[in-house]
Amino acid sequence: MAELSNQLMALTVLAYLATMICYAGEYAFGTRSHIARAATRQLVGSGAPVPDDVPPPPVAEKSRGNTIGQVGVGINVLALLLHLGTLVTRGVAADRMPWGNMYEFILSVSFVGSVSWLLVLSRRPGVRHLGLFTALTMVVLLGVNGLIAYTPVGPLVPALNSYWYVIHVSTIILASGILLFGAVPAALFLIKTGYDQGKRRFPYTLGKRVPAAATLERLTFRLHAFAFPLFTFGALIAGPLWAEASWGRYWNWDPKEVWAFISWIVYATYLHARATPSVKRTTATWLALIGFATMLMNLFGVNLFFEGLHSYANAG
Amino acid sequence: MTVVEERTAAPAPPPRRANPVWALLRNSWRQLTSMRTALVLLFLLAVAAIPGSVLPQRPVNIERVADYFRAHPDLAPTLDRLGMFDVYASAWFAAVYVLLFTSLVGCVVPRLADHVRALRNVPPEAPKRLDRLPQHAVLPPAAEATAAASAVARVLRKRRWRVATRQEEDGAWTASAEKGYVKETGNLLFHFALLAVLIGVGFGAWYGWHGNRLLVEGPDRGFCNSLTQYDESTLGARVDAADLPQFCLQLTDFRAEFQDTGQPKSFRATVLVDSRETRTFSVNDPLRLPGATVNLLGHGYAPVLRFTDRFGVQQTKVVPFLPRDGMFTSEGVATFPDVNIDPKTDKRDENLQVGFEGVYLPTVGTDGRPSSVYPAERNPVLFLTAYRGNLGVDAGLPGSVYALDRAQISSGKLKQVGGPGEVGNNARPHELKPGETWTLDDGSKLEFLGTRPFATLAVRHDPTKTLVLAGAVLGLLGLMASLYGHRRRIFFRVRALDADAGESGGTVIEAGGLPRTDYPGFADEFAGVVTAVQGDE
Repeated sequence: MAELSNQLMALTVLAYLATMICYAGEYAFGTRSHIARAATRQLVGSGAPVPDDVPPPPVAEKSRGNTIGQVGVGINVLALLLHLGTLVTRGVAADRMPWGNMYEFILSVSFVGSVSWLLVLSRRPGVRHLGLFTALTMVVLLGVNGLIAYTPVGPLVPALNSYWYVIHVSTIILASGILLFGAVPAALFLIKTGYDQGKRRFPYTLGKRVPAAATLERLTFRLHAFAFPLFTFGALIAGPLWAEASWGRYWNWDPKEVWAFISWIVYATYLHARATPSVKRTTATWLALIGFATMLMNLFGVNLFFEGLHSYANAG
Repeated sequence: MTVVEERTAAPAPPPRRANPVWALLRNSWRQLTSMRTALVLLFLLAVAAIPGSVLPQRPVNIERVADYFRAHPDLAPTLDRLGMFDVYASAWFAAVYVLLFTSLVGCVVPRLADHVRALRNVPPEAPKRLDRLPQHAVLPPAAEATAAASAVARVLRKRRWRVATRQEEDGAWTASAEKGYVKETGNLLFHFALLAVLIGVGFGAWYGWHGNRLLVEGPDRGFCNSLTQYDESTLGARVDAADLPQFCLQLTDFRAEFQDTGQPKSFRATVLVDSRETRTFSVNDPLRLPGATVNLLGHGYAPVLRFTDRFGVQQTKVVPFLPRDGMFTSEGVATFPDVNIDPKTDKRDENLQVGFEGVYLPTVGTDGRPSSVYPAERNPVLFLTAYRGNLGVDAGLPGSVYALDRAQISSGKLKQVGGPGEVGNNARPHELKPGETWTLDDGSKLEFLGTRPFATLAVRHDPTKTLVLAGAVLGLLGLMASLYGHRRRIFFRVRALDADAGESGGTVIEAGGLPRTDYPGFADEFAGVVTAVQGDE
């Protein structure tokens, strides 16, 4: 079963790679006018009820790019199923939830990110252009995970053998996955804003084909507003409750805790900045991206560089 | 943290000059409580927390701080002066959060007053032009204005809107409705809960205490809760040693189970509390006593050694050996300072003290390397080196109980010895299995009787942890209300049509909606309310 999980993992990365190529194909060959126009209309429609007098958007002509994009979504779903298969077989092989070490943790976090992407896509088909970036993130995240963090299947150490393991780790995985995915619209909002201001240097050229800036900005906020209380619960309530039972002290200034605290503060700053009219939306979104960097630091950096009480999260 | 637009145009200058000191104070206070300052302080707090994860911290791991001092002798003292080895208790970290919380108080207290006022006020009058609002609808005419207006108010109240109906000068009836006060309530709750958490943490540090203790199994090794019995302890600023609750613990059993790979599966300690009650606890399930919580942190083996000196006098010691790896290769030392006392003269020769140093392997490997291959006792072996001479313990200076004094060995005051035939200096450590005896060159004997398990315990009392938890949970509830709540207003105007002015008679009903925060779902809600009003008529 463990062997099967490893093979599924390899297939998952390949499937995400194929997804990425399809999205890239659509990005390159897709006819901008139809898709983008349809996309904008649908996006507005999802925010406010479509007035009856507006005719339904014209069916986009079957273009090569559009077909490639639809194939991309299909492969994306397949990749997600393979991803799920990897997690399930891993869990069955270990006879527990597959969250016991850094490899499994990142596998789960990226799975949540991937699911949130497809959920957003199903509700707002117009954002399909973001697929290139989400698929790229998945390939990089899973590739790095398989290369540096791979751990053979093993049972849990006694310290993890607690019901808090399920509560604490699952909420953190869910929140981290959504926060990490939230960085995609955040980055594209900044790119799109730059593009709209007439910047044509490299990163801004990507902004040519992404949805409207306001849509991206609202999507960024809603993802963060959804994930922030979850993260608060997982990291700052369930975590300390477990720490009190396990180590005797609810807060230990362990490197993982410190970085969770830092992420929380940075995301809190983002939410405050966004609620303050005098702070520009671009400034606020930069804060969300700094939050993303602190999350990555906590996922990878803390495990690799520091030694602490969360050391069962060690790579390999 | 008040959410207000910064005013660009100052109001008209005051007629008389304000006291400059007062003006400075007032402006500083305004600056401190502004949102911009709060944002900067929040961000600073995040940045200030980073060094604590990069550098070793005294309250977390004092040994690693000492290691850092050895590795960076030039840099460490400077960093120490900056408080870098205890970041979260340093003055500059405190400065950031005290400023932040002052800013918070300065912002949320006036907002609380505003909110209480808003909760008691009725919704404001409807604006003159409802068609200028973001949402607008004209309903089919109704028969009678007053009845229509009360129907509108009834529908709105049923949907839990706060409603005020008024009659305007021209005889038209208006209904103003407002909803979503929970957003501001939640926001205030969140910030006050944060204050409660901070206060809880502060009082916990003042009135809490903790101690660590290594407890060896056996009735002769019990421990009672007093400061002197702890290996390491910290009392809060307002706690006196006499305030510690009275209890005694004796470890009666310790069970550790391991996988075949040597990975631990479960640990369980059984203790006798106050010599009468038997309690069992494990890693994630601490022993909760009145006024203290006992957590199981680790465990190990304590070899039992019986030394018979050259005059035949016996002494037995139980010495905990500290594990240094996951397979429980353990290091320790057994010292016998009061041996070899000549029964004739009854004089203690401090140069005839004896000490043993070495490693204990619960399962020795077949390759003979001095490290254990399995954490449970499958094939236990004790490797010891014997020393005789001056142990250096008579000076009264505190030294490690897990290693011999290196200075005494290098100065030659403490010499390595062995059994007959073993080379005195640099001999290989002597191998002892349980029950074996090692006879030294002077006829004294060391017997390895076996081992007893020991558990390392953390005993802690934090009187405010319930307050902190309550604060955190309330804060989360407040946070959710403030993120997902939406303040919004709906206005209805019911105006009787003037038949004299050529209108057809009856009434016209107009509705307008104003979301006061960014709320994409408002249009749907507005449409729903309008439909309900139509259906009710």
